[in-house]
Amino acid sequence: MDFFSTFYYRTKQVWKSTKMYLAIAGPGLVVMIADNDAGGITTYAATGAQYGYHLIWFLLLLIPIAYYVQEMTVRLGAVTKRGHAEAIFESFGAFWGWFSLLDLMIVDWLTLVTEFVGMTAALKIFGVPALLTVVGVIGLMGIIVLNGRYWTWEKIALGFCLLNLVYVPAAFMVNPSVKDIVGNGFIPNLPGGLSNELFFLLMANIGTTIAPWMLFFQQSSVVDKGLHEKDIKMGKADTLLGAVITVFVAIFIVVVTGTLLKGVPIDDASTAAVMLMKMNHLTGTLLAIGLFDAGLLGAICISLASSWAFGEIFGWAHSLNTNVKQAPWFYASYFFTLITAGVVPLIPGAPLVLITLFVQVIAVTLLPAALVFLILLLNDKKTMGDYVNTPTQNWITGGIVVGIIILSTLYGVSALFPNLLK
Amino acid sequence: MSIVKQFMAKIREINTRYAKPKVEMSPVIKLSLAGLRVYLLVLVLLLLYKFITVLQVAR
Repeated sequence: MDFFSTFYYRTKQVWKSTKMYLAIAGPGLVVMIADNDAGGITTYAATGAQYGYHLIWFLLLLIPIAYYVQEMTVRLGAVTKRGHAEAIFESFGAFWGWFSLLDLMIVDWLTLVTEFVGMTAALKIFGVPALLTVVGVIGLMGIIVLNGRYWTWEKIALGFCLLNLVYVPAAFMVNPSVKDIVGNGFIPNLPGGLSNELFFLLMANIGTTIAPWMLFFQQSSVVDKGLHEKDIKMGKADTLLGAVITVFVAIFIVVVTGTLLKGVPIDDASTAAVMLMKMNHLTGTLLAIGLFDAGLLGAICISLASSWAFGEIFGWAHSLNTNVKQAPWFYASYFFTLITAGVVPLIPGAPLVLITLFVQVIAVTLLPAALVFLILLLNDKKTMGDYVNTPTQNWITGGIVVGIIILSTLYGVSALFPNLLK
Repeated sequence: MSIVKQFMAKIREINTRYAKPKVEMSPVIKLSLAGLRVYLLVLVLLLLYKFITVLQVAR
């Protein structure tokens, strides 16, 4: 009898926690999986093609790094009920506020261009013209946001997150050697020593895992969803699950290209998909579908991050729970960003390589600033109360932030001056 | 024209609203913000240098 009552009690508890998690799940999962955007897929594909399974251990290290950075936005959003841009304006004044907002606007727009480049390249493989892809994507994204409910938007976004898992069956299809994956991938090593190429790729992996827009997006998303202090625990669990999934998806991509394309130079994921199609048609098709989905998911989140930030500062209604009549400027800025970015890949001879370089460099300028503000905000006892950073959290996040600042600066400088670090 | 004026008025209003930072300016915060200014200045100078060298090569 005792066993059954304990079992019943435990099951009920687990079910209650699961229901509570399902109600709160969303911002962490969406932001983390959207982090595997078109640029991210290219980076992981290139990592596998260039170094095989040897850098899987490095990707695993990114789980705690991504989690500790992003969970701070959950606490900040749930406690202050303000987005990241508004928090910076209010706490550090107009100068730093404008700097963060303009930097976010530029980097978001440029990143959005790269998402459209990825999506058009992915569908071009299936014979879809670029113009049709751009118009279709803008139309689809319009339908997703114009339903007037955050909940619906989030569930649709989670659906696209599920599609991100296509890389899992793709990895199984290429029959990788588990022994090689474990032997080469799980023991920390730097294949061929720390060369300029390896350093650049490691930095690109960090850059795709922690991006400035993610901080702004998740905090605004937490506020729009209406999470409170009591939801922080589940919000953190949501973020951790998202961090684990995003890194595991990255590992599966590395396994695919590390198995079939090892030693082949990869410049973009669509080229990798075309090459894979020649060897294993279904795997290549899945990579192309995944690339389109990654670009779409990235675009969904990045365009919203900017619109939320503008709404917060300009005092416009800025919630997905409002319709166009209630929040015209919010939706206008959303579509303006989307359409102007979507047009760029359609321009013949557009400087797409230069844009990609600019994305890296400008993201580097915002990331350290955004991370410094994040830590300082989380240490403001007056605002955060019981949810202020503990000394342990400060050591961990401080170490991560200092490390990222040093490495991302080196990355930015090496992107500008490729011969400097040789 | 009135839209531009309205926009400028809004920016002035935002600047007034957030003129004074709310966070207590402890030495750590002051040092962090000063470090950030130096970092950004160096990065802007690097970007300018790159821009000028790219222009020179283009000529």
